[in-house]
Amino acid sequence: MSETPVPMSAAEIAQAVSSRKITALAATEAALARIAAHDKVLNAFTDVTADRARARASAVDAAIAAGQPVGPLAGVPFAVKNLFDVQGLPTRAGSKINRDLPPSPRDATLIERMEAAGAVLVGALNMGEYAYDFTGENVHDGPSRNPHDPARMTGGSSGGSGSAVGGALVPIALGSDTNGSIRVPSSFCGTFGLKPTYGRLSRARSYPFVASLDHLGPLARSVKDLALAYDAMQGPDADDPACIVQSVEPTLPLLANDIGGLRVAIAGGYFQQNLFQEATEAVARVAKALGATRTVEIPEAARARAAAYIITTTEGAALHLDRLRKRPNDFDPAVRDRLIAGAMIPAVYVDKAQKFRRWYRAKVLELFQSVDVILAPATPCTAPRIGQASFTLDGVELPVRANIGIHTQPISFIGLPVVAVPVPLEPMPIGVQIIAAPWREDVALRVAYALEQMGVAAAPAPRGL
Amino acid sequence: MTDHLDDYMNAVARAMALPLEDAWRPAVRANLEVSLRLARLVDDFPLPDDVVSAAVYST
Repeated sequence: MSETPVPMSAAEIAQAVSSRKITALAATEAALARIAAHDKVLNAFTDVTADRARARASAVDAAIAAGQPVGPLAGVPFAVKNLFDVQGLPTRAGSKINRDLPPSPRDATLIERMEAAGAVLVGALNMGEYAYDFTGENVHDGPSRNPHDPARMTGGSSGGSGSAVGGALVPIALGSDTNGSIRVPSSFCGTFGLKPTYGRLSRARSYPFVASLDHLGPLARSVKDLALAYDAMQGPDADDPACIVQSVEPTLPLLANDIGGLRVAIAGGYFQQNLFQEATEAVARVAKALGATRTVEIPEAARARAAAYIITTTEGAALHLDRLRKRPNDFDPAVRDRLIAGAMIPAVYVDKAQKFRRWYRAKVLELFQSVDVILAPATPCTAPRIGQASFTLDGVELPVRANIGIHTQPISFIGLPVVAVPVPLEPMPIGVQIIAAPWREDVALRVAYALEQMGVAAAPAPRGL
Repeated sequence: MTDHLDDYMNAVARAMALPLEDAWRPAVRANLEVSLRLARLVDDFPLPDDVVSAAVYST
């Protein structure tokens, strides 16, 4: 398969629009044309908001013509996982049931902040039903498809976000990550993805899954674009009870800062098990480039993954309990059966999982007294085939769905910030997690930027279009 | 043939007014078995009595 040329980055578009080399409307039309040309293959978009996008782009152009400030994302097309509220659309969250909701009266906070910075929303993206998914498959909308091989998974649950950015339909997409749903699609689709610290970015007016684990964040084709989007979306928001503390801490000006003084370690034990060779190779390449030789043991990671699993299945079941009673046949059967089982877990186990979380968090934070960054695989493998139910690892047949997120869950469980960086292996890319201490997204982004400058991390041009 | 876990599933489904059609039982049971195995892994870990739940988590 031949490579499809990659259009301008978000930073390049914003610079060109701000300096009147191109118009925001032209940048928007180009994105809409790419979507029209390639989304039949990728199935990344569930809604294309063309009229809204053209109106918004024209407003940006008018502001520039009037000499008004337009923001650092002027004219940059972006799209959002369809669990973000988009004014005028029902927030389907990958489900059939939610299509009966009334149109959203207002955009999600993060869309408002992106557009306040000059960006242009062009649509909403495919996702796994109610975000309970690691594959990118959806029984209602069909699977989103991998831009490097459409027969393969995008990863979930932000599968459309990975597909749209990996396929260069848009330079930036927003996703959500409860147990790995930004980092897994980033790994499979070869994009950069940022899962910020829990509580950093507002979730207001997005459809929840597991409130105590849900994060929102951007996917992009470069670290600079990732930082541009992240910086534009920061800031407390009274509409999200978890997002009320941190002030804005811009990262873009810090990206090129020297990383020589940072202490980088490789996650050992649990994070070096259950890996295909390509995942081991990707971590080794990143570690070598950073000169990392030290290994640290994240304590009780398997138990942390187990606790995240329990909290997820029970909180998810609680969220959907009434829908399970009233409309069980309108769920994806696989999601319904997991949620019904989740409703049957005794509450004492959930309480113990939340208490264990407190213990685990304290132990992991101790590690950050002697390291600044921890490296770990993002997924155990490159993207499996769509519909693939199992893979064989070390002679043992394992279910695909249950094992895709085993290396991401213990990290998001305690809300640590992570940048997933794509390592462009052949024939498929795979991600590595750059994990930092709470509220130190800047550190993870600086390391990701250095890896990008060294050529170790890169978003490959799509080859499956 | 049913066992204690089937009995448990039936009882909880009735008590909570949860639908549980026969066709769904094998998958629900398989999911429940995985969840209970992982829950026991968490349960086996000794925690101090005074540890506070992290129900809403912020650093």
